[in-house]
Amino acid sequence: MPLLEVKELSVTFTQYDRGLRRKKATAIQDLSLSVERGEIVAVVGASGSGKSLLAHAILGILPRNASVGGQMAFDGQPLTASRIRQLRGKRIAFVPQSVQSLDPLMRVGRQVRQAVRAGDPAEEQRMAFARYGLAPLTERRYPFQLSGGMARRVLVSIATVSGAELIVADEPTPGMDPAVVQETLRAFKTFAENGTAIVFITHDLEAALAIADKVAVFHAGTSLEVARAADFEGAGDRLRHPYSRALWRALPQNGFAVPDLGANEPLSRSAVGCSHARGCALATIECAKTAPKPRELRDGMVRCYHAT
Amino acid sequence: MNLRTRTLIYAAVALVLLLLPAALSPMLGGDRLATHLAERNEPPSWTHPFGTDWLGRDMFARSMKGLALSLGVGLTAALASGLIAGALGLMAAALGKAADRFITWLIDLFLSVPHLVLLLLIAFVTGGGAKGVIIAVGLTHWPSLARLIRAELLQLKSSEFVLVSRHMGRSNWWIATRHLLPHLWPQFIVGTLLLFPHAILHEGAITFLGMGLSPHQPAIGIILSESMRYLSTGMWWLAFFPGLCLVVLVRSFDVLAGGVHALVDPSRSQE
Amino acid sequence: MRLEARNVSKRYAREAWLFRQASAAFRTGDTVGLLGPSGCGKSTFCRLLAGYDACDEGEVLLDGATLPTSGYRPVQLIFQHPERAVNPRWKAGAIISEGWRPDEALLDSLEIRREWLKRWPSELSGGELQRLCIARALAPQTRFFIADEMTTMLDAITQARIWRTVLDLAQSRGMGMLVVSHDRHLIDRICTRVIDFRELAYGRHAVEE
Repeated sequence: MPLLEVKELSVTFTQYDRGLRRKKATAIQDLSLSVERGEIVAVVGASGSGKSLLAHAILGILPRNASVGGQMAFDGQPLTASRIRQLRGKRIAFVPQSVQSLDPLMRVGRQVRQAVRAGDPAEEQRMAFARYGLAPLTERRYPFQLSGGMARRVLVSIATVSGAELIVADEPTPGMDPAVVQETLRAFKTFAENGTAIVFITHDLEAALAIADKVAVFHAGTSLEVARAADFEGAGDRLRHPYSRALWRALPQNGFAVPDLGANEPLSRSAVGCSHARGCALATIECAKTAPKPRELRDGMVRCYHAT
Repeated sequence: MNLRTRTLIYAAVALVLLLLPAALSPMLGGDRLATHLAERNEPPSWTHPFGTDWLGRDMFARSMKGLALSLGVGLTAALASGLIAGALGLMAAALGKAADRFITWLIDLFLSVPHLVLLLLIAFVTGGGAKGVIIAVGLTHWPSLARLIRAELLQLKSSEFVLVSRHMGRSNWWIATRHLLPHLWPQFIVGTLLLFPHAILHEGAITFLGMGLSPHQPAIGIILSESMRYLSTGMWWLAFFPGLCLVVLVRSFDVLAGGVHALVDPSRSQE
Repeated sequence: MRLEARNVSKRYAREAWLFRQASAAFRTGDTVGLLGPSGCGKSTFCRLLAGYDACDEGEVLLDGATLPTSGYRPVQLIFQHPERAVNPRWKAGAIISEGWRPDEALLDSLEIRREWLKRWPSELSGGELQRLCIARALAPQTRFFIADEMTTMLDAITQARIWRTVLDLAQSRGMGMLVVSHDRHLIDRICTRVIDFRELAYGRHAVEE
């Protein structure tokens, strides 16, 4: 049984259009994802594709004008709003994207120690700081005295000292040195080996592939493909979806290729049909008419009529 | 009903409550304020909803007159304070380090002196009366708003989009009118609106203490201080209704300012 | 043209130097990569080169003269976070034409859709906003284009697409490019010369100490 299971999740925002009129905008739709214990699932996609909202939906911290559909389950039990509140910070930990999530008025060492639930808080905090390359003196600092990369490492420390069974990390690496990124990724890997499930949200495909078991490729509010990390190799021929292949081939080390595709388009303007149809080399009339349903393919998932 | 509509309705009700005394007071002139010794010390009734005082004057008429007067004094004083705050905040952020240091020092100075003491001193020095109260309240309520405007402006000036604007070849005037003012004016409006309740309460306070408006004007502070002498004889209505009116008035301003704030603050405006 | 940093230094407080005596020269037509660990002062160095900040020592020269302080600046800088570089109360159309009116061809080559121009920044994604910022800084008068982690927050496809357009334009106009990135692969892919900021700034500094 997966530790976290998300089924047909949708997130819709009610926004003010002009004056008092309201409109609805769909940010995530028909999204399914499962994470086993000890597994790292990377969620990769362009900014604005809805990856962060997935994290916020799991943690129950969406803004008040959002409404959520579909089912989520943690450890076999439905993840309701009240259950999320009980689990948050205990069995489910979160590394937020914004470094402004730290309490500006508390020394960062104390913020980390507060998150410890088992063992000696001071000892756990020192070990976490050593693991992520933060000098011992850092614990006496306030958030404003830290660089962006250091603040992110503190956020990672807070999430990992809690001993949570599931860590949801939203873009934990920007602003860090490549060496520290490697160190942080290695630490995630170690946690996974000890049984922690990790959802690793990033726009950095390279970082994702370094540690992930599975990669979910996000585009316009849903996952187009769930592939094994090993499928990303060579010219990307083992990948199932044309978008994943394009993403892989656009990396500077893999050809820097620019596909002739439409950019990430919000769903509200292409309500029917495949979100990727516009400009897709494989697209047919069928793609523009109805969005393909997810289907199993070669030990992975794909949402495309033409994938083989 | 969504939050925006609800906020708008609250704000509209608050506005009506605020304008009520000003609209009513001209209609409640002459006779009701005159002395009617036959109708002394009457508890609230249909003819005198707020009761009458020891001279037979209608307390409803007196309260409305008092509120209208308080509103006028508060309005003038809050506007004066708002203008001072705006001017000093702008000067601190725009005129360089020396001006900034001086104005920051001035703000700290005003904030460090107990508020009521300063109010009384200024009211006393300027000779009391409506003029004294307006000057005293106007001169003492600007520091926190000035500090807010200064901080906001300094932050805006160093924000990346303002720096980029300069690199696009735009002049200081262009930047001030297109980038800075559109960010500042909502802060300024809400800040000034929130000054009203303070100004009105402080007007009431110094009048109550005898340093404000002269006793023959039906100010809320006067009504309350006079009623103190009769409270012990069981004439509760003398203080209760005027006091309640004052609370409603002040609270209305809070609701109005809160509503305006919710509408102009981008982080709350989507709820 | 030649953009030169001559012994420039920057400090936080009185004696807390971020870097000292950094010198480097860039020519139009070149695409130079600048590498270095985060927090080493690369971004500040870029701000000095573009005239966004004043040097505490040394000077920045454009063809031997100090940088102009009025009019559209020939040295333009693109920041890492486009959300901060645009006024949240302006629509995209106003943002993009603050310095000049970008022509249709440029909008097309950056794949800026016309319907974006009617939207507020909060309604656009980071990639879309960054394209607006790039178009804004690519007036014909731009001689040097400094990209400070310009595509770090973007996905690989958007990154490749933006860089191809910008590099084509730089080549056809003979612009000078300075590319700051932590991504060695990206720098190797697009730059003709690579500088390590530590050698540039700390090399001499370390010797002095």
